[in-house]
Amino acid sequence: MTGILIFEQLLNGLQFGLMLFLLAAGLTLVFGIMDMINLAHGSLYMIGAYLIATIAGASGSFWVGLGAGIVATAVVGMLLELTVLRRLYQRDHLSQVLGTFAILLMANEVVRMIWGAQPIPLNPPESLAGPVELLPGFTYPAYRLFIIGVGLAVALLLYLLVTRTRVGMQVRAGASNREMALAMGTNVRWLFTALFAFGAALCAVAGGMLGPLLAVQVGMGESILILAFVVIVIGGIGSIRGALLGALLVGLVDTAGRTLIPMLFGRLMGPDAAANAGPAVASILIYVLMAAVLFWKPRGLFPAHG
Amino acid sequence: MTTPSKNDTAPSILDHGLRLRWSVPLLIALVLLPAIATALDEGFYIGVASRILIFALAATSLNLILGFGGMVSFGHAAFVGVGAYTVGILMQDGVDSAWIAWPAAFVLGGLFAFVIGLVSLRTQGVYFIMITLAFAQMLFYLMVSLKAYGGEDGLSLASRSQLGLGLDLADDAQFYYVVLALFVLAFVAIQRLLNARFGHVLQGIRENEVRMAAIGFPVYRYKLVAFTIAGAIAGLAGALLANQGSFVSPSLLQWSQSGMLMIMVILGGVGHLFGGLAGAVAFLLIEEVLVAYTIHWQFGLGAVLLAVVLLAPNGLMSLWRRRARK
Amino acid sequence: MKRSTRILPAAAAALALLAGAAQAADKVKVGLLSTLSGPGSSLGIDIRDGFQLALKQGGGKLGGLPAEVIVADDQQSPDAAKQTADRLIKRDRVDFMTGVVFSNIMLAVGQPIFQSKTFYVSANAGPSQYAGAQCNPYFFNVAWQNDNLHEAVGKTVTDKGFKKVALLAPNYPAGKDALAGFKRFYKGEVALESYTPLNQLDYGAELSKIRASGADAVYIFLPGGLGVNFVKQFTGAGLNKEMKLFAPGFSADEDVIRAVGDAMVGIFNSSHWAHDLDNAANKRFVADFQKEYGRVPTLYASQGYDAARLIDAAVRDVGGKIEDKAVLGKALKAANFESVRGPFKFNTNHYPVQDYHLREIVKDAQGRITNRTVGKVFEAHADAYVGDCKMPS
Repeated sequence: MTGILIFEQLLNGLQFGLMLFLLAAGLTLVFGIMDMINLAHGSLYMIGAYLIATIAGASGSFWVGLGAGIVATAVVGMLLELTVLRRLYQRDHLSQVLGTFAILLMANEVVRMIWGAQPIPLNPPESLAGPVELLPGFTYPAYRLFIIGVGLAVALLLYLLVTRTRVGMQVRAGASNREMALAMGTNVRWLFTALFAFGAALCAVAGGMLGPLLAVQVGMGESILILAFVVIVIGGIGSIRGALLGALLVGLVDTAGRTLIPMLFGRLMGPDAAANAGPAVASILIYVLMAAVLFWKPRGLFPAHG
Repeated sequence: MTTPSKNDTAPSILDHGLRLRWSVPLLIALVLLPAIATALDEGFYIGVASRILIFALAATSLNLILGFGGMVSFGHAAFVGVGAYTVGILMQDGVDSAWIAWPAAFVLGGLFAFVIGLVSLRTQGVYFIMITLAFAQMLFYLMVSLKAYGGEDGLSLASRSQLGLGLDLADDAQFYYVVLALFVLAFVAIQRLLNARFGHVLQGIRENEVRMAAIGFPVYRYKLVAFTIAGAIAGLAGALLANQGSFVSPSLLQWSQSGMLMIMVILGGVGHLFGGLAGAVAFLLIEEVLVAYTIHWQFGLGAVLLAVVLLAPNGLMSLWRRRARK
Repeated sequence: MKRSTRILPAAAAALALLAGAAQAADKVKVGLLSTLSGPGSSLGIDIRDGFQLALKQGGGKLGGLPAEVIVADDQQSPDAAKQTADRLIKRDRVDFMTGVVFSNIMLAVGQPIFQSKTFYVSANAGPSQYAGAQCNPYFFNVAWQNDNLHEAVGKTVTDKGFKKVALLAPNYPAGKDALAGFKRFYKGEVALESYTPLNQLDYGAELSKIRASGADAVYIFLPGGLGVNFVKQFTGAGLNKEMKLFAPGFSADEDVIRAVGDAMVGIFNSSHWAHDLDNAANKRFVADFQKEYGRVPTLYASQGYDAARLIDAAVRDVGGKIEDKAVLGKALKAANFESVRGPFKFNTNHYPVQDYHLREIVKDAQGRITNRTVGKVFEAHADAYVGDCKMPS
């Protein structure tokens, strides 16, 4: 039984980690190339989830909702970049914090005004709502497997984009040395807008994937935003490879922590105390992980700036 | 223009004047506030004013390291929380004297800042931001896990701290005066510190750390001392905050609270003496006013903040200075 | 009779009336502080809607006085709740407060409310603390004590012959009360007792542990959105084919049914109220609620409704003189109103003594999925903490 428990937790950790990667990838590119701290990144995740849920509900099809929602969120991201965020690139980090925090507040309220304060439902597609038998006697939710599949597919796509295309090369160049990339003729304005829209699309994918598992509600971006920042610091700012590895590490530590530590504590102190200490220690572990990585590699695992 | 007026300019650009022409009337207005509020039968707002002053104190302490020292700490709320919990835990264990609890909060805030600063100040830039954030989050989760002190549900204080001296802090007006007195004391102390050699060196470090090190200043030591002092003052603010709400909860230590303090400082004016005060007042007043009008007040708040970022790049106090120069 | 003797009593009566009118308030202010956002919002919204329906039926009056209800959102945060309660008591000077859903918030805002001598009529949160040692003359709970519904399921699970149960509840005062209540009446083995953080929505880890525990039944207390997520994930993992799921009414009422759908059919749950209870007040309530809001009411709505009716009855019984707290307190205790549950009475600790029913989720004749009352588990059941309450007078 314990073997299956551990295997199940590994899968859960992989699933969570891959979703974190989707968020972290967009964030690390924006931070690495445009040198901008974007606290509104979580808002794009929330907007993505809301758009997908609404379109899926209206059309009756999860897939239609997913596709249309991703495109719609990318458009929202693009508009945001063109109107407000563009003005913040040249500013210092503190101004960016203030500006993107303002956008975070306004995004929360706009969502509340349009959709109300109650969470809205988003259900997984009927075909994926049941279990799949992975091993004899062990069933795992098909939907979570689907999330893992999507996450891996996106990771592969990003890898191909970044290493095999011209745009990807420009992105990598911009991440490692912005001035040089500019001097070599990269069309910065267009690149930045496209990058931002792409990051928004990634957020929407994550929002659409996680929406059925969690809840599509106002403020859903805040808790995951902080984890995304931890991931990119661990992985190295500007590095997608780092974001993937960092996200997987954080996902696994978080899931393992939430299962194994309460079990361990439960044996030592009883369910009540374990219930209090367990999740807290699991969360502390993630920050300890970050501190440990920074101690050993002060610029993260795969720093883009060399 | 040959003789600078003694209220607008000061002997050195690193000095910060108290702007007595404006601050004294402001102080008088603040002193009269409880009387005016009671006369208008709006005694509730005395509590609001106390809260604003407490946050102004916390924001000013953050401004010391962020604005004047160039250290962007994303974990400052942790020290406020430490101070608040000191009061809460002591009260739960039967110690409700302010003369013990408040200095304890001050000392513990400084102590935690010292230890965290010891480790964090060895890093730079965004890594410093993330490490301070990490420590604050660790403290947050620690308090969530300690069910003995309420855990996530928080800890209610049976009463406000006992100050003796014939004062009853349960009375909102008397508590307000105590808060005001402490704020003015801390504010003047910070001003003196900034105008002294220590403050000048700190601001020099903010401008160019490498150069200051090259000249021979022990940069790390100066930063650590500033960080510790800021943490101590934040601890005191936390003690007052615990008293104001008669409630302590881990949410005081969350990253979003640190973010809010940073927003107040940035809004008010990073590196301006009155920046913390201006930012806290603006932020909380807007919140209080908007809450009465619309349930969607956060939109208005966000819009104001965005406007400030785009139009007043250096915060509200920079607008003031621009007007004064004209 | 001589004319003077007839005039004197009339004059005396007129004077008394005038004096009474001079003392009585001109309106009743109620502060309704509830969870109106986040996963727990369906509960708060139902309480609010139930309360306001009762108000509407009374022509906007409580006990004959025009009523002003100030609705506020506690955002499910004890911090925000405390500040809002402060504002309601000190700035708005409400006469009554009600509405809090979650017990951790109730415990945070309780004492200051009682100290300000404002009556709190709880339409949901029923912490064991306020039923026992910390009982207070200003606290009334018109719903239930936290343990009660869970005690009923504990007995049901035992009666149905399940021997190995996995337990799950959120880690906050009501969650602790829940599993304590369940265990008080459940006589089998507890294979797993798990508490999750109140804001946790993904139960993957807990589902693995439940699977590994080898239990034959699962008992959950997960109100509102939490329950919705759990049941969806429970079914998604295929565990519904291996173990029987039991819940209190909180996790199996109309809001969860609407969100989850077919997977809910067959779940047994306990409740002090059901929409098919056969009494005049309930029939009127359910019909009017459906007409006004277009949905079937949950037990939360019935509690909000009853809270308003209790306040209405008490204010009427004191003739509008709500400043006299002692008299008002007695009127509240007497509870002279027709509850949608039938006859209603308070115990000495201001918690109800009432029946608890067993409900089953079925597909009715019209194909709707809803609760149907199938039996009675407890009659005139009191809570386990009343003995610890030394109610100060």
